[in-house]
Amino acid sequence: MAEEMRIVLRNYGKIDPLKIEDYIAQGGYKALEKARSMDREALIEEVKKSKLRGRGGAGFNCGQKWSFAYQAQADQKYVVCNADEGEPGTYKDRLIMENDPHTLIEGMAICAYAIGATKGYIYCRGEYPHLVDVLNTAIKQAKEKGFLDGFDLQVRSGAGAYVCGEETALIESIEGHRGEPRFKPPYPPSEGLWGKPTIVNNVETFANIPVIVEKGADWYASIGVPSYPGTKVFTLTGDINNKTFFEVPTNTTIRELIYKYGGGIPGGKKFKAVQIGGTSGAFIPEELLDTPVAFDNMAAIGATLGSGAVFVLDETRNIVDVVTRIAKFFEHESCGKCAPCREGTARMHEIMSKLNSGKGSAKDIETLSRLGRVMSYSCLCGLGQAAPAPVLTTIQHFKADYNAKLV
Amino acid sequence: MKGYKEIIASYADVPGGIIEAYHAVQKELSYLPEEAIFEAAKVFNIPVSEAYGVATFYSMFSVKPRGKNVIRICESAPCHVAGAAEVVAALERELGICMGESTPDGLFALEFTECVGQCQATPVITINGKPYLNVSPAKVPKILAEYK
Amino acid sequence: MVNLTIDGIKVSVPEGSTILQAAKEVGIKIPTLCYHPDQSVKANCRVCVCEVEGNRLLQAACSTPVTEGMVVKTRTPKVIEARRTILELILSNHPQDCLNCPRNGNCELQTLAEEYFIRDIPFEHKVRGLAKDTSTPAIVRDPDKCILCRRCIEACSVTQSVYALGLEDRGHEAMVVPTMGKSLMDSPCAMCGQCIHACPVGAITENEQLDELLAAIADPDKIVVTQIAPAVRLAIAEEVGMKPGEMPMDVFVAGLRQVGFDYVLHTNFTADLTIIEEGNELLKRLNEGGVLPMFTSCSPGWINFCETYYPDLLDHLSTCKSPQQMFGALVKTYWAEKMGIDPAKIYSVSIMPCTAKKYEATRPEMQDSGYRDVDLVLTTREIGRLFRMSGIDFTKLEGAPFDSWMGKYTGAGVIFGATGGVMEAALRTVYEVVTKEELKDVNFTAVRGMEGIKEAEVDLKGTVVKVAVAHGLSNARKLMDQVREGKSPYHFIEIMACPGGCIGGGGQPITKSNAQRQVRIDAIYAEDESCEIRKSHENSEVKILYDEFLHEPLGHKSHELLHTHYHPKNKKYL
Ligand SMILES: Cc1cc2nc3c(=O)[nH]c(=O)nc-3n(C[C@H](O)[C@H](O)[C@H](O)COP(=O)(O)O)c2cc1C
Ligand code: SF4
Ligand code: SF4
Ligand code: SF4
Ligand code: SF4
Ligand code: FES
Ligand code: FES
Repeated sequence: MAEEMRIVLRNYGKIDPLKIEDYIAQGGYKALEKARSMDREALIEEVKKSKLRGRGGAGFNCGQKWSFAYQAQADQKYVVCNADEGEPGTYKDRLIMENDPHTLIEGMAICAYAIGATKGYIYCRGEYPHLVDVLNTAIKQAKEKGFLDGFDLQVRSGAGAYVCGEETALIESIEGHRGEPRFKPPYPPSEGLWGKPTIVNNVETFANIPVIVEKGADWYASIGVPSYPGTKVFTLTGDINNKTFFEVPTNTTIRELIYKYGGGIPGGKKFKAVQIGGTSGAFIPEELLDTPVAFDNMAAIGATLGSGAVFVLDETRNIVDVVTRIAKFFEHESCGKCAPCREGTARMHEIMSKLNSGKGSAKDIETLSRLGRVMSYSCLCGLGQAAPAPVLTTIQHFKADYNAKLV
Repeated sequence: MKGYKEIIASYADVPGGIIEAYHAVQKELSYLPEEAIFEAAKVFNIPVSEAYGVATFYSMFSVKPRGKNVIRICESAPCHVAGAAEVVAALERELGICMGESTPDGLFALEFTECVGQCQATPVITINGKPYLNVSPAKVPKILAEYK
Repeated sequence: MVNLTIDGIKVSVPEGSTILQAAKEVGIKIPTLCYHPDQSVKANCRVCVCEVEGNRLLQAACSTPVTEGMVVKTRTPKVIEARRTILELILSNHPQDCLNCPRNGNCELQTLAEEYFIRDIPFEHKVRGLAKDTSTPAIVRDPDKCILCRRCIEACSVTQSVYALGLEDRGHEAMVVPTMGKSLMDSPCAMCGQCIHACPVGAITENEQLDELLAAIADPDKIVVTQIAPAVRLAIAEEVGMKPGEMPMDVFVAGLRQVGFDYVLHTNFTADLTIIEEGNELLKRLNEGGVLPMFTSCSPGWINFCETYYPDLLDHLSTCKSPQQMFGALVKTYWAEKMGIDPAKIYSVSIMPCTAKKYEATRPEMQDSGYRDVDLVLTTREIGRLFRMSGIDFTKLEGAPFDSWMGKYTGAGVIFGATGGVMEAALRTVYEVVTKEELKDVNFTAVRGMEGIKEAEVDLKGTVVKVAVAHGLSNARKLMDQVREGKSPYHFIEIMACPGGCIGGGGQPITKSNAQRQVRIDAIYAEDESCEIRKSHENSEVKILYDEFLHEPLGHKSHELLHTHYHPKNKKYL
């Protein structure tokens, strides 16, 4: 059984986050120094070799993404940190920024050097106003120590829009627009912020970088599942004894998360379902709990790793009720740009409410299935594409809950 | 209290800084009056129709006057199963208003929000951005008292 | 070139092409709603989705660039199901009252609903029930019908730089609204109607006033007199299933008599008159050191724009009323007197390619005849509807002449309908007035065509006059900013609010592309060529008007009836 292993949270509880000296004392900013002594291409190669994949949900190879931006020719490039953390049940990025802001800053500075960017933004969700001060203090300290020479880093706030976690919507928001996703291609590494090559990475992704640079790609690649190595921070919510967070290697199974780390279900109740990856994640039944949490293993069971939120439901919960609430989330958070999501999320919520209030028919479930299927591959961005996942996976695994509510 | 003009002007050099400016205006006024949207359009050199589009896109911004202390109740699934509905009921009862409304004395506004990232201690509410954890109906009067 | 396969057919297209463009090359039609050939790609309706091999997600054909070796399938079951579901979603939130919709038979959504076999929509039919915006006399918005394609926003902000339209809220609550969510009248809207052309559905239309005409025709005490604007004749053919320009002028006149107009006259007559007045005004400004450059004033959308955004430049506007309003002022004075008709009985209707003229006719200053100078303005589309209602077969109808005294016109009046036309007509006249020599070649081709801003120089025997022509208000804005900065090199500037000039006016048959505008422009110049007389000052009826009534250009009577003044609009919601 895998043990908890702290990479991105390595300094959690060990340092005063507002004291750069503490961070430095733990070896902080050494990796930046090392990176800057390396050839850019070699540095990117090292990140590629570590097989670090984005922790924001899409799981794209980090070094490969950087190499696109590195190769792009432009007078200006940007590094952007996605700290929008909007997936319900997720607070791991907050933990990193609250407890160790410098690891994020160091990771971003390494990326800036690697791709040749001189400007960077941390886009912090509007719900974390206190973090803006923490980050600004940390940036000021890093500047004073000369770590950010040639790299101008600023913090920007969101203002309550889940969709701004989508990288192009986030870019729009930094530009001061409505946070609506752009169509892709072009992708941000070739045309991003203000039309310039831009790297957008998640907080947790950046927090891994200093350690990879310091300890080497091989060391990192050997942790957890080879196709998605390293650790992942999970936040446990719902019907679980330990409503808290854990950083574990990616070969940890879902069952271990719930029973070993999470301490199981309270009140001696039985497990019913777990939704992983946030509100856009799949609902997973008992029989699939032995799946490792790594990206591809999850994909193989029709689920996602997503943000690493783990939302557990016990036997007393009604799935239809919970999914109805989730459907409302997507109706509320759809940006409204594209037709299938704008109309589809509203209809999905409408039909779920109908079913939840005992007025639905088998035909409604059929309609939901078709609607969900179409949305999953027709919507403009990941929000609309993922919105049906909770509905579709619960129809698949928990049909009895639906049937029990039919007229 | 600084005027909205002054506040917005201080963001004039921030590229795309209209959202930051709106946050700052709301900190003072709790909402975005029309005049502030005009001013922002002027300062950031964008059409008013666009400045208004931005103001109405984000759920934390309000273009309608609302109570000074904005209470937001997380309704996302983890808070939902932890009993957010009872907290909603308690707040509505205590303040004598419904969700989406403001108290007649202008002290409180009551709004839904999605997850605010404090899910280790559900249900959660925030007041002016400050989170209150593990909220139960019984705790509501005491929390509100801080703002009265 | 990039090679790809679409539905099994191999095709080579230039790099940077989209799947939509490549499919068109091989004759495959992919449905679209938010796509517009002259606008930026929006990719928001998603009805153009296709399968691309190697991709789980369907790709929007309008936004996806082709790549080497790409294999595209445009009509698999997966694609068809997706398109139908998306259409059902859009329709479930749509009034679906095609039978009494202004766009019935000419609606992109309706067409797709037909093509995609939409029958039992599984979603509850739930319309938002938003109020229509009838605040302006020109444009009506029916937000319930809006499918949020955003084409109108781009027309208004990019093509016209008016910025009257924008978005409000998000998600399912999102709406297209005039500035600050207020009414169109409160917004900077110039009433140009370009958003109507951009709209794929019936969410924006002209203020339909056909009922008022029918009531006037039915009223035995009213003498219904009409004027037809130059751009209407070319385009009206499109409304009855013919090609632009295909309906001969005399057949059009006969048609109007058939449907009940008592007298049919021509705005071209006052177009010629405008040239005399405006030409002389220009010469006066040139000679007496008046405000220059002088701007033309015959496009009321442009006047609205200038009053809204450039109130400091109103002195530059020619004081000439638009031909429509000159006509209105004369028909109830000069013409009534000459015909021995009581002006109180005249119901003056103008048939215009323009929505802004509906507003212009209601301006308080437009009653110099002692009556409302123009009682009713109808668009080309509205007359098209009336023609269809009448059941006339225009291929069989025998032509009829215009009525007298204000029916004669020249080629110069005709070209008023196209961008550059007013300028060219003015130059034809001004040249001869100044030089007292005959103009050898009347064609000033430099000012013709769809180029956004055109310029030319004319040597008037020693005085070189520099002129510019702009169409579409964003082009106008460029010239205006130059003037405001004191850097404008021009003496005379023609501005038309609508792209292509009046042939692309907001009241014209629904116009889907600039290519369609070009076809109408070609028809205009063909008609000009066919005119025996092509210079305004040679219009014999205009000469009579001066001899008998006005006496001289810019004279006392002209000032009373043919000239006007402008007011800053002081719009709050700019
Ligand atoms: C609706 C939506 C919300 C998202 N929210 C977040 C988020 O809150 N944080 C995040 O890092 N990525 C989020 N993403 C993923 C980003 O688009 C992007 O893939 C990610 O920031 C890339 O960083 P990574 O490669 O380091 O994961 C979201 C995507 C979608 C479609
Ligand atoms: S899928 Fe939803 S959130 Fe994404 S662009 Fe479309 S409407 Fe906006
Ligand atoms: S807009 Fe089109 S689909 Fe809608 S009612 Fe009118 S004609 Fe029918
Ligand atoms: S009529 Fe013209 S100015 Fe008015 S909203 Fe439409 S496009 Fe904009
Ligand atoms: S009004 Fe018409 S053009 Fe504008 S967004 Fe709606 S449907 Fe599209
Ligand atoms: S779910 Fe309520 S705070 Fe996260
Ligand atoms: S036409 Fe391609 S998405 Fe609308």
